[in-house]
Amino acid sequence: MTTTINEIDTILQQYPNAQRDALIPILQKIQDQFSYLSRDAVVQVGQHLNLPVSKIYGVATFYNQFRFQPLGQYHIQVCRGTACHVKGSAAVLKSLKHELGIEAGQTTRDGLFSLEIVACIGACGLAPVISVNGEFYASLTPEKVKHIIVSLQRKANGEDSNE
Amino acid sequence: MLNFEANGRSITAKKGETILKALNRAGIKVPTLCYMEDLTPTGACRLCVVEIEGRPGLVPSCAYPVEEGMKIQTHSPRVVRSRKAIVELLLSSHPDDCLYCSRNGTCELQSLAEELGVRERRYTGAKNEYKADMSSLSIVRDPNKCILCGRCVRVCEEVQGVSALDFINRGSCAIVGTAFNEGLNISSCVNCGQCVNVCPTGALREQNHIKEVRDALNDPNKVVVVQHAPAVSVSIAEEFGMKPGRDVCGVMTAALRAMGFDYVFDTAFTADLTIMEEASELAQRIQTGGTLPMMTSCSPGWIKFVEQFYPEFIGNLSTCKSPQQMMGAVIKSFFAQQKKLMPENIFSVSVMPCTAKKFEAQRPEMLNDNIPDVDAVLTTRELALMIRRGGIDLDAIKPENADSPFGQRSSAGKLFGASGGVMEAAARTAYFLLTGQELSELKIQPLRGLKGIKEARFQIGDLDVGVAVASGLGNARKLLEQIKNGRDDLHFIEIMTCPGGCIAGGGQPFNADINAVTKRMKALYTIDRDDTLRVSHKNQEVQKLYDEFLGKPLGEKSHHLLHTHYAPREVMH
Repeated sequence: MTTTINEIDTILQQYPNAQRDALIPILQKIQDQFSYLSRDAVVQVGQHLNLPVSKIYGVATFYNQFRFQPLGQYHIQVCRGTACHVKGSAAVLKSLKHELGIEAGQTTRDGLFSLEIVACIGACGLAPVISVNGEFYASLTPEKVKHIIVSLQRKANGEDSNE
Repeated sequence: MLNFEANGRSITAKKGETILKALNRAGIKVPTLCYMEDLTPTGACRLCVVEIEGRPGLVPSCAYPVEEGMKIQTHSPRVVRSRKAIVELLLSSHPDDCLYCSRNGTCELQSLAEELGVRERRYTGAKNEYKADMSSLSIVRDPNKCILCGRCVRVCEEVQGVSALDFINRGSCAIVGTAFNEGLNISSCVNCGQCVNVCPTGALREQNHIKEVRDALNDPNKVVVVQHAPAVSVSIAEEFGMKPGRDVCGVMTAALRAMGFDYVFDTAFTADLTIMEEASELAQRIQTGGTLPMMTSCSPGWIKFVEQFYPEFIGNLSTCKSPQQMMGAVIKSFFAQQKKLMPENIFSVSVMPCTAKKFEAQRPEMLNDNIPDVDAVLTTRELALMIRRGGIDLDAIKPENADSPFGQRSSAGKLFGASGGVMEAAARTAYFLLTGQELSELKIQPLRGLKGIKEARFQIGDLDVGVAVASGLGNARKLLEQIKNGRDDLHFIEIMTCPGGCIAGGGQPFNADINAVTKRMKALYTIDRDDTLRVSHKNQEVQKLYDEFLGKPLGEKSHHLLHTHYAPREVMH
């Protein structure tokens, strides 16, 4: 963790004498580098900008872009755009939440999956669609979602045992 | 000066003044919800909207400055309809449990619905199902009842400088919560309860100790002892529809006995004891080159504030326990001995104007052989509820005096209830301890009143003593920053967590405005003016306690029973 603290310091040093208006760019930079905002990072940003942690957490939760858990090995983006909605993405999302036992923005305890809701990802012809680490899965149903999760789990376990 | 017109009447306003302030001064009442006098207006609830001639939309009067020649309608059909719709929308997602709510009868949302004539549910929204946060020893947070007015957020940030609370998430998912939405118990919350005082609904309330107290009263094996803080007797009358500023100390004592408490003591007695210890500690620090300025330690919110935000000042805090804890300690030692009682058979209750006292009483440092000094803490509001439930008529009951052996108090001890009071009491006694003479004028005017930071200088013998008083932790922060930046002319500092002191504490009657707080303060000053015993060091029962039990101030027994220690506290802030 100490390395992380130093790395966050390196980011903060790029913003000397920064005021509160630098908050969002700093948070974005931290998330770019670490994939999420850790508690330590938020506390450090607070000390740097002289802002209470509650305030930073308030700002960060206002925007969908910030996460507070690291990305999973498989990052699942669920399209909740209009076309996908019409084609049943709500049921797809529900099924994903149920299978993984997490809410959007969270990561499973084993670190395998993380879930994110996104607006239209520009693949309306494939609706309802999800993307796993950039790979698209088209015309989904809750049943298909189950199979995808199981096969990804198998893949992960298989790779583990090969090592 | 600006001239404008409201409802056909011409009104003048100061330049830069908001429409709402000018209207209120002119006797026109506009309903508000998120508005808080002297704090940043947010215009969030929009209940205070008015119609301005020539403008398309309605304007929030709390945030809009008066302009020359404006023509305003405050109660036109359009405005009234909008206000009613706002309240109806707030109610659409609000739990329908007014009858079972702790704020039934004191809820601002309830009275607005009544005032605006809401008689049916026109909108049905999804109900929130958040878990209530019961983690804090002082305060319960129930997000389901929160209407997101943001008053708690602003008082915590702007008045107290703590910022334990803020808005989390966005839109229909927005809630008020702590950093990372954790329990209040591990947040930077100092338990002051100012958020409870300003909450219009039941979303924030105190941890209720009524059941514990009632169980003890019903237990034949328990001797139930109660103490009441100086600020309680000048505030509780408001709970019974009496005017602010009426002192009902004797009647309250009688009511407590009528409810079954075996012994009733006035915490002002241990305020006098605190002064004996604290003034001696100050004299010792001055004479032996101890850490100065010394800072008072009777306000538990302030103590937690120092432990987490300014641990470098822990050495400056007086090691004296607060009067509540001193009373608890002497009840379970000296009093127990005198009455031949086992400490574990005594149930010690305190009535406080404060929510943080609930936290203080449960601090591990406040255990003596694993027995807590104080077992349960009731707020002024909780006591009022118990009196009502007990069927006691305060108008008919005859006043009674406190019990012995702690039956006497000086009016200096009583002054603890107002900001500056501890300092005034301490100055009277420190002057006597150091010079052997009484102060020629006991009333120290510069330390009185509701100003956030007050200062005075005295000549005690050869020594020029500088003292400062701050109330409201935002003001305390200002003073601490001055000292951090090298200010060194102060010897003694009194800090009260709540603005104005305990009279405006987080456990006091709801809906009190600045006028009520001023009246409570004045009531304490009147008690002091008219009293014959006005200095702590002349309290005969305190002297007796030293002669028969404690020995001398700062002695071994005092050290064990009446003093404590503090440690840095790591919280996210």
